[in-house]
Amino acid sequence: MISFGKPLKIALGLIAIAALIIVPMNFNRYGLFILSQWAVMSIAAMGLNLTLGYAGQVSLAQGAFVGIGAYAAAIMTTHGWPLPAAILVAIALSFAVGWVLGYPALRVQHHYLAFVTLAFSTLAFLVFRNESWLTGGIYGISNIPRPHVFGLATNKPLPFYYVCLGSLAIVSLAVWWLIRSPWGRAFMALRENPLRAQSLGVDTRRYTLMAFAIGSALGGVAGALYAPLTQYIDPVPFNLSLSLDLLMMVIVGGAGFYFGPFLGAMIAVLLPEWLRFTEGYYLMLYAVAVMLLLIWSPTGILGILDRAMAARRTKAASALRAVAKSRLETVQ
Amino acid sequence: MSSLFDLLVAGLATGAIYALVAVGFTLLWQTSQTINFAQGEFVMLPAFLMLAAMHAGAPFWLAIILGILLSMILLGLAFKLLLVDPMMRHGVLPLAIATMALAIGIKESVKQFFSAEASPFPSIAPTGDISILGHAVSLQSIGVLVVAILAVFGLTALLNRTSLGHQMQAAAQNPTVARIIGVPVERMILLTFLINAFLVALASLLITPIYLAKFSSGEVLGQAAFIAAIVGGFNQVRGAIAGGLLIGVLDNLAAAYVSTQYRAAVPMIFLIAVILFRPQGLLGRAEERTV
Repeated sequence: MISFGKPLKIALGLIAIAALIIVPMNFNRYGLFILSQWAVMSIAAMGLNLTLGYAGQVSLAQGAFVGIGAYAAAIMTTHGWPLPAAILVAIALSFAVGWVLGYPALRVQHHYLAFVTLAFSTLAFLVFRNESWLTGGIYGISNIPRPHVFGLATNKPLPFYYVCLGSLAIVSLAVWWLIRSPWGRAFMALRENPLRAQSLGVDTRRYTLMAFAIGSALGGVAGALYAPLTQYIDPVPFNLSLSLDLLMMVIVGGAGFYFGPFLGAMIAVLLPEWLRFTEGYYLMLYAVAVMLLLIWSPTGILGILDRAMAARRTKAASALRAVAKSRLETVQ
Repeated sequence: MSSLFDLLVAGLATGAIYALVAVGFTLLWQTSQTINFAQGEFVMLPAFLMLAAMHAGAPFWLAIILGILLSMILLGLAFKLLLVDPMMRHGVLPLAIATMALAIGIKESVKQFFSAEASPFPSIAPTGDISILGHAVSLQSIGVLVVAILAVFGLTALLNRTSLGHQMQAAAQNPTVARIIGVPVERMILLTFLINAFLVALASLLITPIYLAKFSSGEVLGQAAFIAAIVGGFNQVRGAIAGGLLIGVLDNLAAAYVSTQYRAAVPMIFLIAVILFRPQGLLGRAEERTV
């Protein structure tokens, strides 16, 4: 996508990673919490980007999967299980539920699919709130422990930030690999032209379900990290607005772009914080910013970059053509 | 527990309000493929505009007129010109996301400029009960039903009996052909936005005395209207009306007979069932499916 040449890209990537590791070292508690939240939301948004951006299936239920993951982790770790086991369960559970939720996608598309997933999201919230024998109901679950990694306690904000960042790195690599694998190509074929994909022998049925299940599983991972991050969960954060927020992150960052979710999560999590100095106005300004951005570029932030690159390439190509043409003319 | 009759009357009254909101929702979808996620906030806002007018010293009737006019300017004209027009050609999803942002914006503005607390709102119907078939029925429910039914009949008459209505339908069903035969399509689309703004302002006037004016009250309402529109048929005005009434009744019956905790689940399960088994809605006609 970005045509700076490979070494420069790698250098930029390394600088970004180094900055994410080094800069937060002297952040205060709250700053680290916000950054950890960014990492967690990036994971969830990356899952939704797979479902929506790559496979083209609209989902308004990603927030519910974050909830499923969070409750799985909270219930298991407060009963003495280690976090990695809880994450595996969260993945398995979200994957299975996501697979089932994918079935409507085989029948209906676009806005209808959005509404089915919206309904599912609301149902999940009701279960979180009402099944208090399992989820603690409106009182939620408190004292969620943070894990020990290689024998080190991560109770302090900085070590746990590194846990979140490390998980983000692992998920990023996995997704990077996935979208370059035949599966990723099949997902994109599904988005671009399902009929043609099918005629070329792509099992659209299986890949649609897969797109939902994998995207949802990443939502579960995000949830399983969210629970120890906040150390207290109740149903409220996992209502429909989280699903809407995540969808907004994906679209604002740029759906179908690999780096879209990182940017989208940055806008959704960090921008409101930067705007805090405006006090009561910050969410209003955030809403206006999102609307202006979408009016300017409906394909999100990376859409702007993409178009600029395309324009530059066209310009370069036409310049080359002009040169070639003039050469031809001189030869004649 | 209240009797079935009372539940039905209360359900029809809230259902009639849902129907108003759902009709506006489907109108926007038909004419401009706008899925308005801020529709619930659109219902919440006019009540605050009316309250603001009353705080400025206007009598109730004047506040109502001012509120409706302001809603039509803000939620009709400005919404169409500033947000929908620039985004319409980019497809359904970016616009839908933009309306989500708009919903946040409206909610936060009301919270910031008006109040985070719930405010009482005067009712247009007198308080008290009258007796129908031996049951006490509140005048408020009757008032809501009457106004909502009048509005729906007025709208149906406008759409089906007048030349203007036919032009609007033509613009919605096939803009290209409508343009060729001389229908001012752009003006018709604007008109549907104004009608939607009028309907939500009316719904606001009817529902706020029951649920109080609060910045967050749009969420529930928007969802109910959503479900009503889909259940009834996304592309049919009469579908949205039926859907609204059905969801209102279903909601009230579920609260009484299922459980108050899971009352919200019943319309949702119903919604999923309808989408899976009859995606065009109970009264809708099948839409061409883009594979």
